[in-house]
Amino acid sequence: MNLFRTALLLAKKDLYSELKTKQILVTQIIFAGLVIVVFSFAFDPANNTTKAVIPGVIWVIIVFAGILGLNRSFISEQRNDTMQGLLAAPMEAASIYFGKFLANFSMILVVELVSIPFLFLLFDFKFFGSLPYFILVIFLGSFGFIAIGTFLAALAANSKSSEMLLPLLLFPITTPILIGVVQATKIILTNMEKLPSAIAWIQLVSAYDVIFFVVCFLLIDYVLEV
Amino acid sequence: MSINLEREKAVLPGSGLTETRGENLSKVLFGASAISMLVSLYFIFIFAAEESTMRAAQKIFYFHVSSAWLAFLTFFVTFVFSILFLIKRKRIFDTYAYVSAEIGVVFTIIVLTTGPIWARSAWNTWWVWEPRLITTLILFFIYVAYIMIRQMDGVWDKKARLAAVFGIIGFADVPIVFFAIRWWQTKFHPIVFGEGPSQKGGGIEDTMLVALLVTITAFTILYSYLLHKGVSFENMKIKVDQYKEKLRETLDK
Amino acid sequence: MIDIKNLTKQANNKKILRGVDLQVKKGETVAILGPNGAGKSTLLKVLATLIKPTSGIVRINGLDLKKNHIEIKKILGYLPHSSLLYDHYSPLENLVFFGNVYGVRDVEQRAMKLVKDVGLSFFLNEPVKNFSRGMIQRIAIARAIVHDPEVLLLDEPHTGLDQGAISILNNVILSMKEKGSTTLMVTHDFKQAAEICDRIIIVKNGKIVDDFKIKNRNLELVSEKYEMQMEGVS
Repeated sequence: MNLFRTALLLAKKDLYSELKTKQILVTQIIFAGLVIVVFSFAFDPANNTTKAVIPGVIWVIIVFAGILGLNRSFISEQRNDTMQGLLAAPMEAASIYFGKFLANFSMILVVELVSIPFLFLLFDFKFFGSLPYFILVIFLGSFGFIAIGTFLAALAANSKSSEMLLPLLLFPITTPILIGVVQATKIILTNMEKLPSAIAWIQLVSAYDVIFFVVCFLLIDYVLEV
Repeated sequence: MSINLEREKAVLPGSGLTETRGENLSKVLFGASAISMLVSLYFIFIFAAEESTMRAAQKIFYFHVSSAWLAFLTFFVTFVFSILFLIKRKRIFDTYAYVSAEIGVVFTIIVLTTGPIWARSAWNTWWVWEPRLITTLILFFIYVAYIMIRQMDGVWDKKARLAAVFGIIGFADVPIVFFAIRWWQTKFHPIVFGEGPSQKGGGIEDTMLVALLVTITAFTILYSYLLHKGVSFENMKIKVDQYKEKLRETLDK
Repeated sequence: MIDIKNLTKQANNKKILRGVDLQVKKGETVAILGPNGAGKSTLLKVLATLIKPTSGIVRINGLDLKKNHIEIKKILGYLPHSSLLYDHYSPLENLVFFGNVYGVRDVEQRAMKLVKDVGLSFFLNEPVKNFSRGMIQRIAIARAIVHDPEVLLLDEPHTGLDQGAISILNNVILSMKEKGSTTLMVTHDFKQAAEICDRIIIVKNGKIVDDFKIKNRNLELVSEKYEMQMEGVS
């Protein structure tokens, strides 16, 4: 399939150039660390009730660190007009989107892999819940957030102030995901008896992921049209 | 220059005809909305029974519900015209989508201001994190984002295309937002609270229901008047721009 | 090879192209001349599928530009003002990436040969961001021809190049021509246009106002015809 071949090439190109410069990933991880520190000022880590805000903090980290990466993902193609090079090359708009999505998604997974254990460590959070479910929720939530985020980043990249525009577009659209994953994470981390309810939330988030991934694939042609 | 403009008019003989027709339609719509508004005022303040606990403060309910209906209707109209624009690429569809969204912002603001006024006297608090309220708030943010895409610089067809894409995504999102929030807030959402069945379904008095329906009709007519007027304004703007460009070209030569 | 009929482009009521008709045969090297803002670059971008025309038909190799854009993109090589190169990638990495996107076989060998052809083999693994304008332009040319395009679209390729680089560029274009490629070149440089092109098109106010063939590098003919077109109106 040409679509996947070029998408993988593009994702590889983005990740390799990230490996060389380490600009975005390092910024994202340091930013995640700073968010954790700020939260430790806002909510006393020594206090036991603080445990209740941990699920929320996890998603605040993912959302804000994610936005940093999403902002760069299409803006970086404006230097030397490389976006024109991609558009003039024999690849579908969908494979540009898919390639960018893969790159952003792998980057946010790395950020999560580093920052969530760090958060648990600093807030002295003992993990009692189910690890597979926790990973599943994180995976599905990030998938949906990055899928729609990459799409809207492509849209916002047309504006001169895209860094300001993207959060305004992205946050209202992703409310269902954010509600769903925060609730599911909360149940899985603190209250495993209510697991059926968490599974219901996971289903909602998966449905959202599927719907919007398909819608994005259908509409990206119009966004990247010249 | 003036000669040039007149020649322009002569080139488009059909345009004068459609203008008078549009003028008539706008007059009819204006009259209809004025009359229906007065009728709905009568129904609200004189015909409908006064609510037993809230007294006159309850009257704002009619405006509130009608505006909320319009807020969602306008977005639906934007959604439909966005799809039409992406398929047909006619500028008029984009104008309709844009004007409808602008009207939507106004009515969403009305909902979000009348809501707390009602809430203060009904539930004794300004704001409740209740599904319909939050959904309307999110809807407002989506509208604002839509308008912000329109404020980008660039050629109109690029802006129209991107805004149409966002209009579709945003509209698809609203029902999911509503369900997610309703699910989230089930524990705070018993039947006694808010405009649940106690007010709207079984509990509402017949006269109130009639008044509500009349108000909703009046608001819908008002909306169609505003939409028509807004679109003709936009068309005038586009025309002025075209004339300006024509003049510039002739001056360049 | 290239067949354009009644092509128009309008942006915000401003007409950039107003009815361009153009036929280019396979193997021709065409220079497009004209004053600033005449619509030369827009014409090239339409051919490169980067701008959608408002109306008109464009066929390349018998394929319609609207329907078969993927097939057409495979045979196009496009070089605009900007280099289209990734800054922190070396010339080799840039060429390998684009070669892969175009599905070139033995892409590493091809890339190395191209870098050698443009005379930068010493800088094979240096990041592009450290390069001078002329060096970047040379790599950009190599990038545009990495997949042996049948149609080459060049937008002012000679700007900012020294004599050595100009002769390298001209050699590249001429060797592409020997292989049977068609070249369209927007330029302000009459000397280079006369040097390598066998047909000149003059564009003014979004229309083709003159179209003639030249032989024996007849620079004077080009200047004369151009002067005539520009004077005739003002």
